Amino acid sequence: MSLNPAYLAGDPGGVGLVESPPDEPAGSASGLPAGRPRSMLRLGAAVFAQNRLAVAGLVIVVLLVLFCFAGPLVYHTNQADVNLADAALRPGAGHPLGTDETGYDELGRLMVGGRVSLEIGFAAAAIATGIGALWGAVAGFFGGLVDAVLMRVVDALLAIPILFLLLFLVTIVRPSVTVMIVVLGLTAWLIPARLVRGESLTLRVREYVQAVRMMGGTSWRAVLRHIMPNVAGTVIVNATFQVADAILLIAYLGYLGLGISPPATDWGGMLSNGTNFIFPDYWWLIYPPGIAIVVVVVAVNFVGDGLRDAVEVRLRRR
Amino acid sequence: MIGYLLRRVAQSVAVVLVVTIIVFLLLHHLPGGPARAVLGNRATPQQLAQFSQQNGLDRPVPIQYLDYLRRWLTGDFGFSYKLNQTVGSLLRQRLPKTLILNALALIFTIAVAVPVGIYQAVRRNRIFDYTATGLSFVCYAAPTFFLGLILVLLFAQDLNLLPAEAPQSDGVLPIFADFRAMILPIVTLALLSIAGFSRYMRSAVLDNITQDYVRTARSKGCSSARVLRAHVLRNALVPIATLVGLSLPALFAGALVTESIFNFPGMGLLFWQAAQTSDYPVELGVVLVTAVATVVGSLLADVSYVLLDPRVRFS
Repeated sequence: MSLNPAYLAGDPGGVGLVESPPDEPAGSASGLPAGRPRSMLRLGAAVFAQNRLAVAGLVIVVLLVLFCFAGPLVYHTNQADVNLADAALRPGAGHPLGTDETGYDELGRLMVGGRVSLEIGFAAAAIATGIGALWGAVAGFFGGLVDAVLMRVVDALLAIPILFLLLFLVTIVRPSVTVMIVVLGLTAWLIPARLVRGESLTLRVREYVQAVRMMGGTSWRAVLRHIMPNVAGTVIVNATFQVADAILLIAYLGYLGLGISPPATDWGGMLSNGTNFIFPDYWWLIYPPGIAIVVVVVAVNFVGDGLRDAVEVRLRRR
Repeated sequence: MIGYLLRRVAQSVAVVLVVTIIVFLLLHHLPGGPARAVLGNRATPQQLAQFSQQNGLDRPVPIQYLDYLRRWLTGDFGFSYKLNQTVGSLLRQRLPKTLILNALALIFTIAVAVPVGIYQAVRRNRIFDYTATGLSFVCYAAPTFFLGLILVLLFAQDLNLLPAEAPQSDGVLPIFADFRAMILPIVTLALLSIAGFSRYMRSAVLDNITQDYVRTARSKGCSSARVLRAHVLRNALVPIATLVGLSLPALFAGALVTESIFNFPGMGLLFWQAAQTSDYPVELGVVLVTAVATVVGSLLADVSYVLLDPRVRFS
């Protein structure tokens, strides 16, 4: 997919050029010029900055985060109490985006719902990526039977469409934001696991990993301190796509009636709620959350594409 | 070749076994246990104990698993106490419909995405390319139910061209008799995969266009249309087989949402309704059948990939 492990295995100059793992304290990297790792980072950043779409995506994500988290500080609305006197108002003075069928201000709701969407998206992606990276690193590093068993579990879970698994899990546990994060994190780690396994298969035969083991380091040390940091690039790229997927998945759960329960909401919940009012034509309940979802997912994907290019350049240099 | 196929089949069987273990564990670890899930919250401990004993739920867990496995193999997927029907008979009604919906959506996807992707690659960085790329990003990023409802509004309500509800018939054949009603569900389900497939097709053709064999063919006087048809297309199409295999879980998940938009009585709708009423046997039966269908589908995709591409080597 994103990275061709052949870069690592086939790059003839690569073996000798590997520097100390990034987790070592800066002072201990005695022989190495302190600037080198940073210059690689800078190279990656330069490639990222050249990608106009990626930069635009990053700007949009930052703006959306500001809108959702700082917005309510400036624009005060009541998102806890139903106010039927002001229900379903068209956009106008006092309510720039109108109100929904229970009188919540739509612009304020967009901020609150966006906060939930983004929180779930980022947190679930972090959990999924952590689990997946560890799972894949262990499978790839130990190989043999461990690898076979761990990867068949991944194959089996991949065969079950994630939406089915999610729906099943949320019928058992009623979804709050925390539950949603955990459930999404526990179901979305499969792709990172596969990617990391592929990489760690090639990394485990590298000299510095062999050296750790020869010096008496345990396998766990090799996995956690040497393999995991070196797959960070791949993992971070994939994590951005996970954020987008998680935001979409909670939107689906909201549509299927098993999302976040009111008065809390997320963009998907708002959109699916708005779709109940297609026929009275309450368009202001439909387009703002719909557009917000499309924009955030596209923006996150642009960032992911840019990061992928940046990481590949860094790998090529290695 | 034979060795590869055997290994691949063995792997698939292992995956299906793991799926059955996962499904069994989910069933076994329902809140309050499987007996509570059937009898409800008001059941007394005596009733629970009696139900457990009657249904063998008090035996050791591995034995219960083997028992389940034996029953699954004979097509017995348990009983839906909510719908008062065996899960097997429900699945027999619903599975063919979802498979038809998925197959038609897949055909539509390929019919649209392949030409679009090729045209994008040939006329890259022109207005059509940018438009198609933009549209595919929107199709990818917009939730299926949002796109589906926009289609319903446009084609069913405003233009009044197509029905807003899918065919409601019991059998499979009547679906084709009422094919106009199938158009919106098929298109809705296909939009997401069209987005992915056309992007993929575009880059596959771009990769091939720069190959030496294309330059050779051109320099021998072959017209660019013929190079595209006879040389590039054949090479760019092969990996689509793999893509079809990989997109199966997404298709089934998309079918769940699409079926609920258009009230199409397939497996997705069955699962959704079961999820709302906590009908666990039905939910797990659907999960099991979907997973097996996905595994078999990916296996077929892999096999066809090997048959299509003579360059594939088995190591």
